[in-house]
Amino acid sequence: MPLSEIASFHLSYLQVIDEQGNVDQQLEPALEPAQLVDLYRAMVLARESDQRMLNLQRQGRLGTFPPCIGQEATVVGAAYAMRPADWLVPAYRELGARLLRGESLLNTLLYYNGYEEGSNYPIERRILPTQVILGSQVPHAVGLAYALRYRGEQEAAVVCFNGDGATSQGDFHEALNFAGVWRAPVVFIVQNNGWAISVPRSTQSRSETLAQKAVAYGFPGVQVDGNDVLAVYRATSEALDRARAGEGPTLIEAVTYRLMMHTTADDPKKYRAQQEEQEAWKRDPIPRFRGYLERKGIWDEEQQQGLVARLKREIDDAVKRMESIGRVKPDAPFDHVYGTPCEEVEAQRAALLEDLELEARDG
Amino acid sequence: MARLNMVQAINLALRQEMERDPNVLVMGEDVGRDGGVFRVTDGLLDLYGPQRVIDTPLAESAIVGTAIGMAVAGLRPVAELQFSGFSYLAFPQLEGNASRLRSRTQGQMTVPMVVRMPFGGGIRALEHHSESREALYAHTPGLKVVIPSGPRNARALLIAAIRDPDPVVFMEPKHSYRAFREEVPDEEETMPLGKAQVVQPGDDLTVVSWGAMMRPTLQAVEEVGKRRSASIELIDLLTIAPMDGRAIVESVRKTGRCVVVQEAPRTLGPAAEIIARINDSALLYLEAPVKRVTQPDVVPPYFAREQLYMPSAARVGRALEQTLDF
Repeated sequence: MPLSEIASFHLSYLQVIDEQGNVDQQLEPALEPAQLVDLYRAMVLARESDQRMLNLQRQGRLGTFPPCIGQEATVVGAAYAMRPADWLVPAYRELGARLLRGESLLNTLLYYNGYEEGSNYPIERRILPTQVILGSQVPHAVGLAYALRYRGEQEAAVVCFNGDGATSQGDFHEALNFAGVWRAPVVFIVQNNGWAISVPRSTQSRSETLAQKAVAYGFPGVQVDGNDVLAVYRATSEALDRARAGEGPTLIEAVTYRLMMHTTADDPKKYRAQQEEQEAWKRDPIPRFRGYLERKGIWDEEQQQGLVARLKREIDDAVKRMESIGRVKPDAPFDHVYGTPCEEVEAQRAALLEDLELEARDG
Repeated sequence: MARLNMVQAINLALRQEMERDPNVLVMGEDVGRDGGVFRVTDGLLDLYGPQRVIDTPLAESAIVGTAIGMAVAGLRPVAELQFSGFSYLAFPQLEGNASRLRSRTQGQMTVPMVVRMPFGGGIRALEHHSESREALYAHTPGLKVVIPSGPRNARALLIAAIRDPDPVVFMEPKHSYRAFREEVPDEEETMPLGKAQVVQPGDDLTVVSWGAMMRPTLQAVEEVGKRRSASIELIDLLTIAPMDGRAIVESVRKTGRCVVVQEAPRTLGPAAEIIARINDSALLYLEAPVKRVTQPDVVPPYFAREQLYMPSAARVGRALEQTLDF
């Protein structure tokens, strides 16, 4: 018997504004000028926040943190497509998405300065905390999606982020497999920023694209230009529409670039060429989108200066609040070990407080 | 009131909780059509349908990981892992996520989830099907670890675990699954988590055990008590974490002597913590060193040898006599 083809797949690449600023009007999402400005504002807020945090970190006023610079279009574009009832399941390089969903910058500043007080996650906001164990958040997203359907929240869905590195994790594979089987209303966004600390995308997987991994789990994948905010917005909106309509999950690979270090404890000069970074800066998503707004006649230099000045004031205010936190309750980590009183935990709390008092007295 | 074995009693607990609360659901490998490899979930699929009795793909980490997401969203998932020997694939989800989410959100998100897993030896099973590693989970702040010893307390504790606001690792001693029956009341019954139970009061010696070891221990307590005319207090720990140190300390202050019997390997097991608690709060009441009867620190032997390594009634009995005689 001759061999016959039993399966094949095709994969699309989506771009709305190319690197030269050309726009595909067929694909341009129907957003009002005010909405476009909102998107831009969210990207600039993320960028300015990261810049400020880098300065603070270099001055010893902030702990180690992972800057998101270069990836603002991906995280903001995706978050802008979400509704308030949707859940956001982040990894740790989605600052712009968090801020757009209503989280305060103060949270992030406190968290990266080592304060539990920065883990303020009211459940109504529907954002899971920062995830440090890469890929382990992806099953949570699928469980949340299952629960939304189970509880009859037909209009809500889940947007889950992870990086190119985490696509190698077992949890990523397991979660996508469950999502496919359950037709769960979830959108997986892989921020392919080219580098998992020092390991390039080419060493992470032999797959030609990361988007095609969806094919094996029985749902669609699409690759988008992750530095094109309108492409990410469009792809996420379509994927969320599918999810809300009961058509199951989608995997979006957003191809972007980590313009800075993995975290402030990392030095990319050790493993990647300066020239590669310089080339990548030419694809910076923020000037590309600004050019689009300017050509539409809805943005100019004066507005830019006004926006940056306003955002800097907002950021200054958050930094001031972070730095005026003062003396914190030393035993806060005892408060939420269990939801029911635990004698042993309370005894240990009392012992620690007694130790601290003795040590304070003895200087 | 019916005479049930532990499998039937756990099944009853699941039915009663699923009946009471539509947010309770059961998930795991083969829990639906097959009723679970030990038949603990038998009949639930027909009663509650595939949305609430979920036959999952074969992946322990995702079973626990998706259950975490469900619990955050307000459901009360009861996940079954077929054997505790496979549960380590889900350890990162339990340690890195389930145990910490309450703390990591300052109490604003919680994981009211139960992860059931049969554990322990004595059923002539394959490799990785016989170990007792409750210490791994008990050493993780934020997790609760519960081990019933019989049908009646298994039913009551599982209901309490399902209603608990925190993640509970519910370890079922599979050697006891069908070993004996007990009267289990039809009406709902719960027991508090974190509380040990004095099974038999006594004044001369305290014996602490849990899970499948309760039976050989009880046999030894009866035999030695009769032979030596000793009044022996037997405590069933029931919850490994958070541990009821108070019950143990109060008993040892009364008796001055203590033996701990655990199926788990010796070093850094729950017995070590029990002895440390006695050291902290009852040292000057002791009239003999606290003895522990455990498995040795070896990889669990294959089943041809497993009984040689298991604490038996005779081995426990000798430890009791040595402690009485000291």
